[in-house]
Parts: sequence; structure tokens; C-alpha cells
Amino acid sequence: MSIPYLSVRDLSVSFVTGTGNFYAIDGISFDLARGEILALVGESGSGKSMTSLSIMKLLPAVAQMSGRIQIEGQDISAFGRRQMQDVRGAKIGMIFQEPMTSLNPVLTIARQMTEGLVRHNGVSRREALATSYTWLEDVGIPEPDRVLAQYPHQLSGGMRQRIMIAAALALRPGILIADEPTTALDVTVQSQVLDLLVDLKSRSGSGILLITHDIGVVAETADRVAVMRGGRIVETGTVDEVLRSPQHDYTKALLASHLTVDKGLKQREAEFERARP
Amino acid sequence: MMSEPVLKVEGLRKSFTVNRRTVHALNGVSLVLHRGETLGIIGESGSGKSTLGRIAVGLDTPTAGELHIEGMRIDTLPPPVRREKQRQCQMIFQDPYSSLNPRLTVGRQIGEGLFARGERDWPVIKTTVADLLERVGLKREFAKRYPHEFSGGQRQRIAVARALAPSPQIVVADEPVSALDVSIQAQILDLLADLKKDGNLSYLFISHDMAVVARLCDRIAVMHRGRIVECGPVRAVIENPQHPYTRNLLDAVPRFGRRRTGQKPVPVHLPQHGDDDTFVTVAEGHTVLQAAGGF
Repeated sequence: MSIPYLSVRDLSVSFVTGTGNFYAIDGISFDLARGEILALVGESGSGKSMTSLSIMKLLPAVAQMSGRIQIEGQDISAFGRRQMQDVRGAKIGMIFQEPMTSLNPVLTIARQMTEGLVRHNGVSRREALATSYTWLEDVGIPEPDRVLAQYPHQLSGGMRQRIMIAAALALRPGILIADEPTTALDVTVQSQVLDLLVDLKSRSGSGILLITHDIGVVAETADRVAVMRGGRIVETGTVDEVLRSPQHDYTKALLASHLTVDKGLKQREAEFERARP
Repeated sequence: MMSEPVLKVEGLRKSFTVNRRTVHALNGVSLVLHRGETLGIIGESGSGKSTLGRIAVGLDTPTAGELHIEGMRIDTLPPPVRREKQRQCQMIFQDPYSSLNPRLTVGRQIGEGLFARGERDWPVIKTTVADLLERVGLKREFAKRYPHEFSGGQRQRIAVARALAPSPQIVVADEPVSALDVSIQAQILDLLADLKKDGNLSYLFISHDMAVVARLCDRIAVMHRGRIVECGPVRAVIENPQHPYTRNLLDAVPRFGRRRTGQKPVPVHLPQHGDDDTFVTVAEGHTVLQAAGGF
């Protein structure tokens, strides 16, 4: 078997509190290959965002991390700031939930998109600009020329998220960590962004670590899923296996509380029937 | 025989001036809410659904159009009567963290609504607050505590109790479960459904989430760019959507058993509606806005 692009083993993250150590992540392990989408699903506080921050080494200084994180067989857990700068963006790209706060408000889109290309690929600003233009076209942005000259506040949320995706993928990272990438977006825009992620995954061959609370999104896009609760992965498998025949009680509960349009209609009507004298 | 609607708006318009540009949030919205009914307002950001809710509770005034509560036109009433009528319409906000005052006890915040209603007897206020807390599934003694001592779900229960304090006829709930985890969402939705069991309370339920709306609402109105484009019984609209925008919205909802292939969807042409467009009845109670030139 070939080495997975990203391999996480026994990852733990803890914080010292007044009453002892609090484990935000408690010994999780998973692999992610190129070209696949692995969804980390769980409720708030389950540790899913902490997982992405520890892979990127963006944890607060007070957090204590242990375990092994390997990229293409190389252990990055001991990497310092300098070495991590070559990993972030180039090997692992990341997009966040809120595209307003993750783009710099005082820099033009062109500045922000070319920065990484110049830094990691050693290309000239002019070449970087050309690459950015192509990527903006690829993510479905009309008039990339105009958008490149604009500032984040001049663009809608959906546009900003597309720009984040374009900026991340332009560096051709082996994997992309997408932390709730569509949670702040309208449902029709979410639909477009999800289509885009799936399309780019198959074209660029990047693996995607999709962090979400929405099982519907998982069902439509992910290949494999890991269910997180209280800092642990309680169940993992292919999307089909886990969603069709969940084994762990928590996964069952999560699926049961997931409200679909159909379930909603039936539940209301059942209530209505019961209330009838 | 339908009795008089508890809430009625007619030809509601609202425009804001931002940076010397005029933004039209509402372009002539008309709807009725009947007693004991839950009417869902569904739409995306910028559709005007929150503006509609704010006008209903009196947090905003319309640029044009009429608001009737229990058969009385609000803007023509003398102020004391207007305030009294407006109290019949209370609001629950999306974010239970910012909608409660962190420096007042929960009891004080719920009690204010009773005081405003004219209740001056402190022991009565205290008992009623405790009763309200119990009604929303919390302990009576929680009245003494501050908002930070509660979880998001508990805070939303407190917000519900506060909205119910002045004994309103109508509760406007603006995305009341969007900030909550799914399991907590279910509990709050159950609570809202339970509270109107006796049939007197009516909800104007504003949401972007089709599943949540399906769970709670008797009828739904779909809003797009400041207009209602489709309105009808919840099952009819969901199973037989007529407006292209409604179809778009329903199709975008993630669901089991469908896989995204990454194919770009066929672009949908949405009609540009004007003020002369009229509603066409599809089935009983199910209407759709028809552009003058057809779809």
C-alpha cells in the first residue's frame, strides 16, 4: 500500500486548566489520500476544528500537542515556524468558515492571491497574476480582471469564499482543509461552492479534509467520514457504511437528530394528528 | 369560516439609504397570519425576510404599506393604544448570546415584559416569571442567575420565556435555531410547537432552512429580493413548487442519496418581477407570483 498523503496518529491536544488537563483532542488517528474527501463531522466542541488547527500548527501557544502528523511520510510534528511556512499553503491549503475575516480587508484580491505564489513557487508577480486570473476563472468568477483590483468588502460572501478556494488551490497543495466552508453561505451559494470543491478535487487531485456539522453535506460530497465527539473519533468508514448502517450510538443519535425536509413534514403532520380531539 | 387574521400586512415597502444609494428591502409585501397558525417566511440573505419581521414587531417602520394587528391598523392609532397593540407581537432573535443583557438576571429580563404590561405587584411578577421558566423547560430558581451561566440552548429557552412574558398573540421568531447544534435545535423546535398547542399563539417564523420550516410551519411564504414569490400550505409548496426560485432553493438543500459530481448546474433563469406582477392561484391557498411576461 502506498503512503497516504496525510497521516495523523494518536493526536492529542490538551489545555491546562484549574482542575487539571482538558483534552480538546484525545488520541485520534486518520489518513487522507490525494483525490479523496474525508469529512470530519461533529457538533460544536467535538474537536473537529482543533484537529485542523493542529495539522496546520496554528494552535494557541498554551495548547499542548502530542502525536504524529506525517505528510508524504515526513513527520512534521516537530517542525518549527520556518519549516511550517513551507508546509502551509504549499502542501496543505486551508479555507475557513468566514471569508470576511480570513481575507485581509486592506489588501486587494490580486495582492492576496499572488503572495503565496511568489512565496512558494518563486514565480514573478506577473506570472503569479496570470495564474491567479486563470484560477478565478476556474472557480466561476466573472470578470477576474475587475475582481483582482477589488477589496474584500466589495464582494459578496459567495464570491469571497470562491476567492479563498482559488487562492488555496492555486498553490496546488496535496490536501485542502476546508473548515465549515459553506456554513456562512446561503443554501443556493453553498450548493455552487460544494459542486466547485468536488469538481476541483477531481481535476487537481488534491485531497480534501472537510470539516462540517451538516450530515447532508457529508452525504453529498464525502468519500469517507469520521464522526467526532468529545475529542475522539467514535466511528469511521465510507460514507455509505456510516450513514446507512451506523454502529456507534452517538452516530445513530446524530443521524436521528438530523432534520431533513421530508422528516420535518412528517413530524409536523404527526403532531397535528395527535393534537386532534 | 376564517376569523379575522391576528396579523395582516398589505403592500409593505421599506427602503434604506446606504451611501446615498437606495436599497429596497421590501417591494410590496402582503400577507396574513391567522390565529393559531405558524407562517414560515423562507428566503436567503437580502431577501427582506428579517426586515419584514422587524416591521411586524415595531422595530422598524415601513416606508409605505399597512400593518394590522388584531384587525387594527397600527400607524393610525394614538401612541398608547399602538404600544398596547404592538405588545401583542413579540420577537425571538437568532443569537441567544447577544440578545440577552449580560448584566441583568434572567428573572429581571423576563419580568420587564410583565412590568411593561402593567403588572406592578412584585410577588405576582416573581411567580409568573418562575411559571414562564417552567413552561420553557427550565427550573424556577434560574430566575436569579445571569445569562453567562447558561448554554446556548438554555439561553434560547430564556429568550422564548421573555417573548412570552407580555402574553403576546403573535411571536416573530427570526432564525431562532440557526445558531444551535442539531440536537438542541430539535429541542427548541419541539418547545415552540408545544407552546402553541392550546391554539391561541401564532408564529411568524423566519428561516433560511427548508427542513426547519417543514418541521414547524403550516404555511410558507418564499421571499426573494423583497417580494413574496410563492405562498401556500407547506407540503404543497415543497412537493409542488411553482416558482423557479422556489425550485432552486429546494434543489440546493443537501440530501441523502444524491452525490455531487462537480458538474456545473444548468443556469436557471429567474424572472425579474415588477410592481405590476400578480399572483396566480395554483391550488387552494397556493399562489405564485407571475411575471407580466410569463416565466
